[in-house]
Amino acid sequence: MQVSVIIFVLLGLMAVGYHFGRQRALGSVGGSTGIRQLHSLPSYYGTYVLLWAALPALLALFLWGVFQDRVLIDMVVGGLPEDLRDLPEARLGLVINDIQNLASGNITSGEPSPEILAAAEHLSSLQQASAAAKSVFVFALAIIGGGLAWRSIGPKMRARNRVEWIVMSLLILSSTVAIMTTVGIVLSVLFESVRFFNEIPITDFLFGLEWSPQTALRADQVGASGAFGAIPLFAGTMLISFIAMLVAVPIGLMSAIYLSEYAGPKLRSLAKPVLEVLAGIPTVVYGFFAALTVAPLIRNMGEAVGLEVASESALAAGLVMGIMIIPFVSSLSDDVINAVPQSLRDAAYALGATRSETVKQVILPAALPGIMGGILLAVSRAIGETMIVVMAAGLSANLTANPLEAVTTVTVQIVTLLVGDQEFDSAKTLAAFALGLMLFVVTLALNVIALHIVRKYREQYE
Amino acid sequence: MTTPVTNKGARTADIVQASLKKRYAKEQRFKAIGLGAIVLGLTFVSLLFINIVSKGYSAFVQTHVQLEVYFDPAVIDPTGQRDMEQLARADYRQLVRAPLREMFPEATSRRDKRALYSVLSSGAAFELQQMVMADPDLIGETRSVWVIADDEIDMLYKGYVDRDAPAIERRVSDQVIGWVDTLEAKGLIDAKFNTRFFTNGDSREPELSGIGGAISGSFFTLVVTLLLSFPIGVAAAVYLEEFAPQNKFTDMIEVNINNLAAVPSIVFGLLGLAMFINWFGLPRSAPLVGGLVLTLMTLPTIIIASRASLKSVPPSIREAALGVGASKMQTITHHVLPLAIPGMLTGAIIGMAQALGESAPLLMIGMVAFIVDIPGGPFDPSTVLPVQVYLWADSPERAFVERTSAAIMVLLAFLITMNILAVVLRRRFERRW
Repeated sequence: MQVSVIIFVLLGLMAVGYHFGRQRALGSVGGSTGIRQLHSLPSYYGTYVLLWAALPALLALFLWGVFQDRVLIDMVVGGLPEDLRDLPEARLGLVINDIQNLASGNITSGEPSPEILAAAEHLSSLQQASAAAKSVFVFALAIIGGGLAWRSIGPKMRARNRVEWIVMSLLILSSTVAIMTTVGIVLSVLFESVRFFNEIPITDFLFGLEWSPQTALRADQVGASGAFGAIPLFAGTMLISFIAMLVAVPIGLMSAIYLSEYAGPKLRSLAKPVLEVLAGIPTVVYGFFAALTVAPLIRNMGEAVGLEVASESALAAGLVMGIMIIPFVSSLSDDVINAVPQSLRDAAYALGATRSETVKQVILPAALPGIMGGILLAVSRAIGETMIVVMAAGLSANLTANPLEAVTTVTVQIVTLLVGDQEFDSAKTLAAFALGLMLFVVTLALNVIALHIVRKYREQYE
Repeated sequence: MTTPVTNKGARTADIVQASLKKRYAKEQRFKAIGLGAIVLGLTFVSLLFINIVSKGYSAFVQTHVQLEVYFDPAVIDPTGQRDMEQLARADYRQLVRAPLREMFPEATSRRDKRALYSVLSSGAAFELQQMVMADPDLIGETRSVWVIADDEIDMLYKGYVDRDAPAIERRVSDQVIGWVDTLEAKGLIDAKFNTRFFTNGDSREPELSGIGGAISGSFFTLVVTLLLSFPIGVAAAVYLEEFAPQNKFTDMIEVNINNLAAVPSIVFGLLGLAMFINWFGLPRSAPLVGGLVLTLMTLPTIIIASRASLKSVPPSIREAALGVGASKMQTITHHVLPLAIPGMLTGAIIGMAQALGESAPLLMIGMVAFIVDIPGGPFDPSTVLPVQVYLWADSPERAFVERTSAAIMVLLAFLITMNILAVVLRRRFERRW
């Protein structure tokens, strides 16, 4: 039975449970006349039965879905003949893949051997049995859970408190999803990174100057030497982020100053939302803009003055990334500049300072920590930005500070290493996770520092 | 004793007077720089939009050629039994080629004929097949049909091919240009509204490709995201805002939420790959996995917006409910939540807009595959709109540039609609207490 069908039947069972629970509660006090003798409102008794019918069954359904494939594969592998079972892990994986494909009716590589055909038959019969057992088990659980809850209903039962307790637990569970996500990120990235560092020493990765991520199939093949030195990637990332900040910080900061100190309400109400439009545009659009419009433009301009410009220059990617970050810098700076108390401005004006002098000598120094925090957040955004660099920056690792050459970044390499077919035991794939770990750690550190600075600064004026 | 003081005062005033001009000039300069920054920012916005629209608007029409097609029974249905399988297998290319040959009898050599046939898209024959399958009575009749032209001809007709360039540098030969001009003079070639662009899936042939598959992939992904992230986000916000005691545990949750909001999106892709695909064994390229990843990404946005919305409900409402004997949970579900829901929905729409534009994490979980079929559910392999843009942007054909821009226009239209909806919702239900 399809999962969706099971869920529909469950919904029906829940409705039935609600109805019976309510009826039993009312019946136990002799109908609606005796309702005052009930501890809780009748609907709480219904909800109590409904929850007990739904939650255990849904949990079972979820767990079954997660573990079904694993358990079935183990059972099928256990039934394979000796010689197949003793294959190395990678080969065994291929055999299992063939069996799964055969069982689901797909084509396989090559002509399947009789053992594999038998195993596939075995697997598909197990799958059918499992599906049937699953629906029976889930429905039984729903009926038993609901039934037990239904039996416990009586006028003295504190149904409201129990329902509220269950709901409360669900609320707490939901709020821990954020923690679980962080733990999940750390674990998944860390786990694969440790495997990577077992193959490639961590010092080679962090301090190596050459990046050519490949693993040799044979010892004597061309380009057999893979090199996993990530310094060129870090340098490229920093170069592009630096160019982006050169664009975003002056423009963002100056427009924030102009909007909060000079502009009338009319211009402010027009320019602010338009600038924020820039923040809502998907990054893939910026990538398209960078690759097809800005990069050729820069190359042509460079050729016009006799400069050699790579068609995937760091300058193009950095410029467009800077445009993307402008609204980020400007809205964060706007917040901090507005948080500077008016009394400071008034004091400066009273001493005869012009507006620009007030801004430069009073407001900016007062707002500096907040602005720095905002810029750090923007830097972390630039480092983690993916689509613009994937589409507009290069692929080859170049250790250079020349913005007219092509460089590659950490995120570009993660994408190129992981898109397409992958094997999960080669250093090449695992390298992507090591890069992801670096990315996560660096952006996390930047964010923690930035939030700390911003929070500390806010306390000063409150 | 008084003279030095007045002298000094006069000197200060003089100094100030003398420096005033310079200071005012500086002030003007500073103001001009500020205005310049804003103008620059606005210029970027308009440049971006003008660039995309000017490149993409022409993709909404598609060049067609009008042919007098004779639905030859000898070709389609030689046995005359109207057997559907027979009809499906027939060689419909002959049907579209015959009228072309009639029109241009000068193309006799093999090479010329091939060039002549390349005026039409390879999808033209397929569409004739569809016509016949839908209405077998057409067999034996002659109809004038608008069939789809090849993408090179499309580009030529729309004026993107430089006719003055040397023939070697053009993708279209002089001969073909001559044919197209003849067709145009006869009024047999025309650009018509491009419905295929909205209904078709991806294709290697630019003229047959469309965003239908990507749109339905995006739809299923967003449905999964919304179904998961809205309830979880609201529940988390209610707990943190209304129930949570001030302790280390809730502090940790808050720090986590703030940090997750700033984690690069690609890291969520790594999580999805390692956790959902490798560990849980969920299918690759499926909207289900995409929705799960985007749920984790948009949760912080929704939680933060929902908490702000809960905060804006005045305490007097809670106190009144508690005062008449409601439990804390009843107070919140019966009184606070209904008042806070519009704000939460606004947050959810903004989160969904963010999820709709996101592509980097979806690359990690395999939603970049070349998928021709239109997905019919959250388990089918599919791609999403921004990823389709990314895929097309990589294609070398000139016609794909136009389609990429058009796909971006559709994407931006969706995003703008969602944001306007959020603003309207906020205006409509905003309440001053």
